Amino acid sequence: MALTRDQIAMRVAQEFQDGSYVNLGIGIPTLAANYVPEGIEVMLQSENGLLGMGRYPDEDEVDADMINAGKETVTAITGASIFSSADSFAMIRGGHVDFTVLGAFEVDVNGNIASWMIPGKLIKGMGGAMDLVAGAKNIIVTMTHADKHGNSKLLGECTLPLTGVNCITRIITDLAVLEVADGAFHLTERAPGVSVDEIREKTAGKLIAADDVPEMQF
Amino acid sequence: MSGFDKVVTSYEAALEGLSDNMTVVAGGFGLCGIPEGLIAQIKKVGVTGLTIVSNNCGVDGFGLGILLEDRQVKKMISSYVGENALFEKQLLDGELEVELTPQGTLAEKLRAGGAGIPAFYTATGYGTPVGEGKEVKEFNGRPYILEESIVGDFAIVKAWKADRYGNCVYRHTAQNFNPMAATAGKITVVEVEEIVEPGELEPSQIHTPGIFVNRVIKGTFEKRIERRVTAKKEA
Repeated sequence: MALTRDQIAMRVAQEFQDGSYVNLGIGIPTLAANYVPEGIEVMLQSENGLLGMGRYPDEDEVDADMINAGKETVTAITGASIFSSADSFAMIRGGHVDFTVLGAFEVDVNGNIASWMIPGKLIKGMGGAMDLVAGAKNIIVTMTHADKHGNSKLLGECTLPLTGVNCITRIITDLAVLEVADGAFHLTERAPGVSVDEIREKTAGKLIAADDVPEMQF
Repeated sequence: MSGFDKVVTSYEAALEGLSDNMTVVAGGFGLCGIPEGLIAQIKKVGVTGLTIVSNNCGVDGFGLGILLEDRQVKKMISSYVGENALFEKQLLDGELEVELTPQGTLAEKLRAGGAGIPAFYTATGYGTPVGEGKEVKEFNGRPYILEESIVGDFAIVKAWKADRYGNCVYRHTAQNFNPMAATAGKITVVEVEEIVEPGELEPSQIHTPGIFVNRVIKGTFEKRIERRVTAKKEA
């Protein structure tokens, strides 16, 4: 069975190490904050200028001056810090953020990612995505393996305008966990009940898979 | 003291000298930490042909979005312009030019501009449409693109408190682009919630030293919230 959005987020959260600084993009990545394993502490970075992002506020805590990068009202955890957007991107670009998790339209075998623009459709802008993929030590892409028409999003070469080049090393989809290296996708885990053949069929770029690929554990 | 007293008491005085075709750098992230009264004054004055440098362009009817209503903006330099129908229409109609700039690059363009650095290399945007036509140079085997910094004719900034000398502090994430914007204006105008006397702000806690600031005005703020999200009530 393909994973649900929350199951993808659960698998993402298993990647985090205790003491990690993590930036989570909008969508499935944000859900990962709900599944950080017991005994692991992470600090969430929000690129508008907040390290130590907390939960959403109660009604009486709502403060227009306290928002996250998605422009939602939030709170700060004990021990948080707040700073300028220049300092925030010094953290990101300077490689100080341990994990960045973001969505994508396409990823290819050379670690290129396209996530911000579909020509012919309205362009809303890249926000901080280009800085994040240029700077983070570990970038995890979360997405469905194929689009709603069944077209693979794991390609030999991205077709859409890029967000970054040679930067993606790990992809977690609804079907699989894959590493990107040496011009190929390397299948390391598959979703429970999903066969290597199905993953191969839905991966347009070169896929390398061992005879025995373990299932994800939850 | 009077030579260092930056306080002005009218919005006319705050934006005196603003004219058509100028570049205006604006602090704020979405609707958070925006100089509401200064934006309203730009609309009132009616200058046109402006280039606005700001991470976002507000929303329909609020924030920088109101400057689109009378077509005062020629060009936006921003990282994200979603959630604004009028913006979308003017963009598609070719009435508005947009230079999409990665958020961190935009912050650094302003920081560098204010710091007297005309350009810098960054890996952000290399190999993407953002890097097209820009000089590429390798450092330690990795390619970087050359990005030019920005200094505006005016910078409009929102701070929480300032003293009469123009020393500013920001509140929570309303800080965002404001400190860089404050350094990157030939004339920097700060709109604040409260003006205090010199000495009331702890010197080591000041975010923007008054040397960067030309004018301070006390404003009143609606502080509209773009996405009000609250904790789900436990069942």
